[in-house]
Amino acid sequence: MPMTESGWSYDNTIPSDLDIAHAIIEELMQAMSTANWPGGDMFRVQMAIEEAIVNAIEHGNKRDITKKVRVIFRVEDQSAYMQITDEGEGFDHRNVADPTEEDRLDKPRGRGVMLIRELMSEAHYNEPGNQVTMIKHRSNESDESGS
Amino acid sequence: MATYRRINVTDEGGVSIVRFVDKKIVDSGSIEMLGEELNALVTVEKKNILLLNFDGVEFMSSAALNKLISLNNKVKAAAGRLKLSNLRSEIKEVFTITKLDRLFDIRKTQEDAVAAFKL
Repeated sequence: MPMTESGWSYDNTIPSDLDIAHAIIEELMQAMSTANWPGGDMFRVQMAIEEAIVNAIEHGNKRDITKKVRVIFRVEDQSAYMQITDEGEGFDHRNVADPTEEDRLDKPRGRGVMLIRELMSEAHYNEPGNQVTMIKHRSNESDESGS
Repeated sequence: MATYRRINVTDEGGVSIVRFVDKKIVDSGSIEMLGEELNALVTVEKKNILLLNFDGVEFMSSAALNKLISLNNKVKAAAGRLKLSNLRSEIKEVFTITKLDRLFDIRKTQEDAVAAFKL
C-alpha cells in the first residue's frame, strides 16, 4: 500500500470475512502510527472502522462470503478518510433504536451507529444506506481527550 | 479452578479478580471464547463477586462490550456483584458515550474496586 508524500491510501474489495477485515484494519493502524497520529485518535478510528466493517459484513452482506465489501482508506497528516460499502440493501441510520435508553442499556448490540457518530469528526451515509463515509481530524496533541 | 485461555482469575478476599490475556480484544474467535469463559465463571464455577481489571487492555471492540453486558446480566440474575477497574481513558470514553457507565460500576483502580465491594 503506497505511503506517499500526501499520505497513505488503500482501495480494495474484500470478501465478507472478518479475519481479512481485521488484517486490513491493522494496516490502517500501522499507517496512522507511521504518520505519528495520537494514540487516542487511533483508538477512536479503530473503534469506528471496526463497527463499520462488522456492520457491513454481518448486517449488510449477511456474512455471505460471496458478497464483497469495498474498503477505501486515506491517511493524511491532518485527517483520515474511510469509506465502507457493502452489497446489502442498506439501512436507515436515522431510524436506529437509541441504545442509551434505560430499557435498552442492558441489551447487547445496537451501538455501532452511535459510536461511529460520536467518535468520528464526520460520518455520512448514502441512500440507501449501504455505504458509510467517515472522516477523523487529528486532535491537538494537547487535547488528546477531544474527538 | 478451571483453566481459561482468554482470562486469568485470582481470588482476593472473596472477590474473583479477572484480568485479560489479550491487549487487543478484537478477534471474533477470541471474543466468543472470552464470552464463554466469563459466563462459565458465573454459571459453572458459581463465582458472582467479580472484578474485571482492564490493566493492559489497549482496545476492545463493541462485540467484546456485548460479552460484558451478557456477563452483567448473568451476574445480576445470580444476585452477584460486578465491578470494572483500570480502564484506559479511551475505553472509559466508550462506556460514557454509550451510557454503559450507568450499567457498570467502574472504579479507577483494583484497590478502589475491592474496597467498594466491602461497602
